[in-house]
Amino acid sequence: MITGLTWLLACQLAGELLVRLTHAPVPGPVVGMLLLFVLLQAQRAGEDASVVRTADVLLRHLQLLFVPAGVGIVVYLGTIRHDALPITVALLGSWLAGLAVVGWTTVLLERALDRRGSR
Amino acid sequence: MSDTWAWLAHSPIFLLLLTLLGYQLGRGLRERTGGHPLAQPVLVAIIVVGTTISLVDVGYADYRNGTELIAFWLGPATVALAVPLHRQARRLRGFMTPMLVAIPVGAVVSVATGILLVRVCGGGELLARTMAPKAATTPVSIAVSDGIHGLPPLTAVLTIVAGILGAVAGPAVLTLLRVRDRRARGLALGAVSHGIGTSRALVEDQTEGAFAGLSMGLTALATSILVPLLVALLL
Repeated sequence: MITGLTWLLACQLAGELLVRLTHAPVPGPVVGMLLLFVLLQAQRAGEDASVVRTADVLLRHLQLLFVPAGVGIVVYLGTIRHDALPITVALLGSWLAGLAVVGWTTVLLERALDRRGSR
Repeated sequence: MSDTWAWLAHSPIFLLLLTLLGYQLGRGLRERTGGHPLAQPVLVAIIVVGTTISLVDVGYADYRNGTELIAFWLGPATVALAVPLHRQARRLRGFMTPMLVAIPVGAVVSVATGILLVRVCGGGELLARTMAPKAATTPVSIAVSDGIHGLPPLTAVLTIVAGILGAVAGPAVLTLLRVRDRRARGLALGAVSHGIGTSRALVEDQTEGAFAGLSMGLTALATSILVPLLVALLL
């Protein structure tokens, strides 16, 4: 567990440092995720690796980590009530549009590439 | 007595415990309802905690400070998403092109429709800026919102609502849209509902979860680049 956490924090810190040094518009933890992915691939890490087991524990409770930010809704209940229409329509509409566009674009491109590959 | 009460209400121990209890209640409900889509632990926890701190008169700023210990782990958990991806790495082959096209296109669509729909429905420019980055995962959407002069804490709330929407309705809507490929489903869910959608995807299927996590990362990247451009263009 502690070995796993050490790896996760080390990758996150390396990611944050890289972002700071290069002024890239990327979040540090995302760079950390890519670094860890490269490390895991390079080592051909198996299921018994400590970082793998620690990651599984953390990811099983991913939803918990969003609770503190989500509770912020209590501060904005007034704003949300006041702007209920634009907030509801924009949130639902753009969520659905994004979901459909990503899903369909992916499926269509996969099919197109498959056809070209099998020809 | 009132001293003790004031201490208790601001004690991280009480606030952390409250958060964990709300989350546990949500997990219990999910279990008891056989995984009903509405029984998302994050949703139940937000309702329980939000109601409780309002009743006992604890300010959100105090709650937020007291629970920093929980929020901190969002960074390492994002790094941890490399693990499901590592397990599915073989399935990345032949998928790079669809992925690298679909994600930026999806980010443009969610940011642009977010801004335009707010304006069309009579919302102000501030609200449009606040809405724009909501598809990216919270630490990123907050930073982007700050950069374009939105209201970062409200962006965080909108982001989390978008996430909960994905956890509750995402898989069903994707099925309605006839998106059946596991990789495409994961990509779509991660692109609009970030980590919360990813957590649902991980419950549904390992492949779906891995691609949702990857999609969340790439969408965060695309959003941070595209939002300032689209805001300048549309507002």
